[in-house]
Amino acid sequence: MNAGSIYTDLQRRHFLKGIGGAALASLMNPNVLASTQSPHFAPKAKRIIWLTQAGAPSQLDLFDYKPGLASQFDKDLPESIRNGQRLTGMTAGQKRFPIAPSVFKFQQHGQSGMWLSELLPHTAKFADDICVIRSLHTEAINHDPAMTLLQTGHQIGGRPSFGSWVSYGLGSENSDLPAFVAMISRPSGPTNAQPLHERMWGAGFLPSRYQGVRFNSGKDPVLFLSNPPGITTEGRRAMLDDVAALNRINIAEHHDPETQARIDQYEMAFRMQAAVPELADMSKEPASIFERYGPESKKPGTYAANCILARRLAERDVRFIQLYHRGWDQHNNLPSGIRSQCHDTDQPTAALLGELKERGMMDDTLVIWGGEFGRTVYSQGVLTQDNHGRDHHPRCYSIWMAGAGVKKGHVFGETDDFSYNIVKNPVHIHDLNATALHLMGMDHLRLTYRFQGRDYRLTDIHGEVINGVLA
Amino acid sequence: MKPHILNRLLALLLAFAVESRAEPVRYNRDIRPILSDNCFACHGPDKANQKAGLRLDVREHALKPAKSGDVAITPGDVSKSALINRIETTDEDEVMPPLKAHKTVTNAQREKLRQWIAEGAKYEQHWSFIPLAATKAPSAKNGMWPRNDIDRFVLNRLEAEGLAPSAEATKEALIRRVTLDLTGLPPTLAEVDAFVVDASPQAYDKVVERLLRSPHYGERMAVDWLDAARYADSNGYQVDRDRELWPWRDWVIKAFNVNKRFDQFTIEQLAGDLLPDATLEQKIATGFHRNHMLNEEGGVLADEFLAEYTADRVETTAAVWLGQTFNCARCHDHKYDPFTQRDFYSMKAFFHSIPEKGVGIYSNPIRINAPPFVKLPAPEIEARIVALNTKMKSVNDKLAALTSQSASGVEAWAQRVASASVKWQPVELLTANGGDQPPHVDTKSNTLEIGPQETRRNNIRLTVRAPQGRVTALRFECGTKASSASFQWSELSVGKLKLRATALDDSLAEAEVEKVLDGDRKTKAALSMTPAKPVSAVFEIDSGDVSKNLVITIGVENAGGPTRWQVFATDAEKDVFVPAKMLAIAKKDVAKRTADEKKQLAEFRTSQQPEHRMLNDELAALKKQLATAEGEIPTTLVMEEMKEPRPTFILMRGAYDKPGEPVTAATPAILPALDKGLPHNRLGFAKWLVSPQNPLTARVTVNRFWQQVFGSGLVKTSEDFGAQGALPSHPELLDWLALEFIRSGWDVKHLMKLMVTSATYRQSSAITVRGSQLDPENRLLWRGPRFRIMGEFIRDQALATSGLLVEKIGGPSVKPYHPPGIYEQITAGNGYNIYIPGKGDELHRRSLYTYWKRSVPHPAMLLFDAPFRETCTLRRPRTNTPLQALNLLNDPTYVEAARFLAQRMMKEGGPSLDSRLTHGFRLLLSRQPKPQELVILRSGYERASKGFKADPESVKSFLAVGDAKANATLDPTELAAFTSVASTLFNLDEAVTKP
Repeated sequence: MNAGSIYTDLQRRHFLKGIGGAALASLMNPNVLASTQSPHFAPKAKRIIWLTQAGAPSQLDLFDYKPGLASQFDKDLPESIRNGQRLTGMTAGQKRFPIAPSVFKFQQHGQSGMWLSELLPHTAKFADDICVIRSLHTEAINHDPAMTLLQTGHQIGGRPSFGSWVSYGLGSENSDLPAFVAMISRPSGPTNAQPLHERMWGAGFLPSRYQGVRFNSGKDPVLFLSNPPGITTEGRRAMLDDVAALNRINIAEHHDPETQARIDQYEMAFRMQAAVPELADMSKEPASIFERYGPESKKPGTYAANCILARRLAERDVRFIQLYHRGWDQHNNLPSGIRSQCHDTDQPTAALLGELKERGMMDDTLVIWGGEFGRTVYSQGVLTQDNHGRDHHPRCYSIWMAGAGVKKGHVFGETDDFSYNIVKNPVHIHDLNATALHLMGMDHLRLTYRFQGRDYRLTDIHGEVINGVLA
Repeated sequence: MKPHILNRLLALLLAFAVESRAEPVRYNRDIRPILSDNCFACHGPDKANQKAGLRLDVREHALKPAKSGDVAITPGDVSKSALINRIETTDEDEVMPPLKAHKTVTNAQREKLRQWIAEGAKYEQHWSFIPLAATKAPSAKNGMWPRNDIDRFVLNRLEAEGLAPSAEATKEALIRRVTLDLTGLPPTLAEVDAFVVDASPQAYDKVVERLLRSPHYGERMAVDWLDAARYADSNGYQVDRDRELWPWRDWVIKAFNVNKRFDQFTIEQLAGDLLPDATLEQKIATGFHRNHMLNEEGGVLADEFLAEYTADRVETTAAVWLGQTFNCARCHDHKYDPFTQRDFYSMKAFFHSIPEKGVGIYSNPIRINAPPFVKLPAPEIEARIVALNTKMKSVNDKLAALTSQSASGVEAWAQRVASASVKWQPVELLTANGGDQPPHVDTKSNTLEIGPQETRRNNIRLTVRAPQGRVTALRFECGTKASSASFQWSELSVGKLKLRATALDDSLAEAEVEKVLDGDRKTKAALSMTPAKPVSAVFEIDSGDVSKNLVITIGVENAGGPTRWQVFATDAEKDVFVPAKMLAIAKKDVAKRTADEKKQLAEFRTSQQPEHRMLNDELAALKKQLATAEGEIPTTLVMEEMKEPRPTFILMRGAYDKPGEPVTAATPAILPALDKGLPHNRLGFAKWLVSPQNPLTARVTVNRFWQQVFGSGLVKTSEDFGAQGALPSHPELLDWLALEFIRSGWDVKHLMKLMVTSATYRQSSAITVRGSQLDPENRLLWRGPRFRIMGEFIRDQALATSGLLVEKIGGPSVKPYHPPGIYEQITAGNGYNIYIPGKGDELHRRSLYTYWKRSVPHPAMLLFDAPFRETCTLRRPRTNTPLQALNLLNDPTYVEAARFLAQRMMKEGGPSLDSRLTHGFRLLLSRQPKPQELVILRSGYERASKGFKADPESVKSFLAVGDAKANATLDPTELAAFTSVASTLFNLDEAVTKP
């Protein structure tokens, strides 16, 4: 144990007044003092796995069953429903807004009788474990601002992402791994894969130590992790000992606590060099696991492989695990596009839920599945009996949550007959975020950071915990 | 260990005591921070949110009864002051701040408030709005120490707090510190040696003078300004394509190097275009406020984003020059500072009349900037354009001459055209692939089915059997069975045939068909079909072999609806292929043709002649070259003013689609008004910013330069000089510096020199027990500045000391090494979703020239706290993380640089191991290694050397990292061992820290 880093952390405590009892010291700081921060109240969840479906999955074809639409095929969306609501520049010029009922069949599942689409046969087996929110809404109508709002509570960049708020608020429980890990997968099918942006897992105005660490599927799961060719682990160890010895000579002269902190960070880097490959090495996973997660799970970098990694990260107490799967932007060819997306995601998602359940980890893990907005009931472009597209729809969409502290087999919120407007229990992104923080034991009103004179929150000046989804 | 923590805590408490000295109570120092933090949000400047009718930030309001009849403050009478009662009550419904605000007023703060009211509750204007007043530097006991007035202010305060300044830093530390500060590069060994041996009293001043003249000074100074201006090389949203604004970045470097007065620096960047007879340079300067992000996403609403860009200009301007957080006033009156929502939109009116569209144009080629922009002089390209135009004129002349010659045999040809019946034989289709879905070939009907929809940029490859006999032309017919369908046809190739677009009867116009033959995917023939109306296109075969099976490639971008394709061949004479209009004329009786029709017919006949066609082809090629050349001329984004200004409205809750009252351009009401002589436009506004009456600009600016040098501003919150910001640690010094800055003619180099030649700056940065106990943050400046250098300069230093640095100043941004796979994972857009590193010099330029893509900034820079450059950043955090360690240890940038530093150690470092190790150490750290340091380096070298000797393969691979080749004349094993030591040096805390 070194005195220097304690000293630094106390100094930091001195700077960060906004945060009250929770959080503070470095999330990657190896020493005991810094490892865990106290939440505001007893948490239900120790960690979050956020399965972000980027591009906006269609609620109409997955969760929000509208049997009445079958008879409305190719009829115009009533003006009373649209009610002058703004449209994106992509369909604003469209002459008609013909209703496109889902081409997919829905069925009731489980004891709860939850309606789910045939596209989600695997997730459907967990109908009694998940809580679907059908009444989520957002303001943003384009991907970039909408995803930024979902992740940071604000449409324009510059604010910390959800995961960085959590690592700022709660610190890390693992001294060898970062508190916040993000993983990205690309769609296997030919579909419109919207770009992402580093800001979505960035630290915004929080110190950059809180930013999400992206895990990649290549040679270096974490950037710059591997030693250069020709340098062995032993060689690296010896070299780091030299660096530390030289740094200590410097401390004796300058007494700078930052120098001791740097020695500690190099030690953590060395431990990461062992811990991360061990984590990413799935060779010891039994064949049954890969069968369970589906054929794609053997290919590094796929959503399925990332789901296995998510479980492995969760086992190692990483606080915030965020997956992104791109490719849900079905402006046209929705039926084939969404089928392909579900092929990529349904089985692995369900396998992850199953494994968490079997290992007893559902009790302290919060899983969230969803995208940045919904899709329109009317067709974008040509509508035929078996094909159509859907434009962006921010006024309502569906996501689900499962695990720690969340109601099981429950549907919350309701939309109108066209899944166009919310008629019951609207939930804003800020409410969702407030609820997720609540489950982690944090009051979203008290998790603040002073920047430019203002105490900022993830939920800005909004957000209410949705009691209706809490168990 | 526990007592140790307690000691530290005690130290912190003491530190607190330093910052909040007791008696007498001063509103600005002691009271406003309490009221602002706890009360102003509901009882402050925001008119719409003064709860209970109570306003506490203005004395006359605070003394009046609130709605309840209670009086918040009764001067001199604490018991009749509801403010105190409500803070101290134990009634949970009554207590202020309310429980749900999660704020507490500490006992010490309560005591201050009581004392303040008892002493008469005197208010003061917020310190940063008080006009600058001349202050004389105070005298101090230690008359020997000060070198200039800065030191007198600092020492006066230190002595008052019972602290003494530290001794002067060593010469080696000093020259490394000041060289890093003024150039972002370490000193060379020659520079260190010259300074160390120079015993003259001016030795240090000479170094400073030299550094201020260095062209690298401008590069170093620019980096902070680029953060402030949110400079980047890409547009920032969604696909995040490139923009061209580096000429503005070069303008900034140059402006610092020529020491442009800061007032002029301001005026030119905000309003250079409005200066009389504005020069190109002055226009380029206005790129400052085009640095904001630009949305190119499909479906974006222009008004929404125009509102974002203009708000960004207001917020950036307020932060950079006024040190005010105007973003708070976008949706409502500011909660803490006396700025109204009206102020926000009145300032916006200055920046709202730029002829800009609000959204980017995604269909534009990547390098085309969004207007307004200016072209830069590019003599070489311009000469090419002149030459091309000359050639085009000559070809055009030849064509005109040819056309004027009457073609012979027009009538005979017209008759052949009129009577021709072109017979089309279906071509036999074999197989097809490509597309979102596999295309289907119906061999019975010889039909190719594509779709139902193609979302992407696809190539459909269709194999067909060689048509029988002579073939002169092919006809493509595209129909649909759906109610309607569309097809964006970008390209066509048929085996190796040379095709020529032509028009026949009802087929697509020739100009349209040409788009599929031009080799440019961006130009597309737009087909739209119904079952009753297929579309056809005809291509003559200029040359090529049709006797074998052919592969036809059809390029498509976003087709809507299923399409059915058939291909036909004919052996008809090519000269009978004429458009419907021409056919109609040909079919007319000769006598009935008008003169104009005869002329058209003759001209068309001429255009079919080989010579004519050749010239036409030549013309088309020239046009293409011309477009390419014009696209190569560098441009840069600028500001311009619309003739008719756009009306500006207060936007309710900041929403772009909820305009409220109209406003006109005006400066914030609380600040001195715009001088009557100044125009009410950006130019007037810019001049107002730097007018001597403005209390903020000079204070804010000198504070930021102070932050750059000392690591932290005299006002720690350099971005916020408002009520929620920090108070200045040395208010008189801040004002003195601001006035000195103005007096000197806003002379930045003068200011920098004052700071870096002060005794305050020249102190040793070693931390003492007493200092760290009384003032751990060094707010009182009892020691010299010591902090990690910026990420850019860590890399620059490695390049410079290894000798790899390419010292070229300015030019387009470059792409150094970058971990592979990141762009592919995160980004989208053909051609923009891959990072291709540059070659040669581009790998080793200074880091401020590294290509900055906002959605994926260079990862090594992000690790070292660089911002995304999405919005204005005036203060970077300084973190210390394991990911930084991994970067310095393993990034090829540093492995390669270590090898080059090792080569210098071997070649320049003399004969012995010790002398070589010492040389490398000195190149990086400017000082001699201590004996015990040398022991560690030596054993490190010997260990590495032993390891490499045992494993020659590892030597090979270790020395192969990076593009720059290892020196083959050196012993590889030795070189590898020295490289390992050099890497040790790069990873030292001292290497990344300003000494």
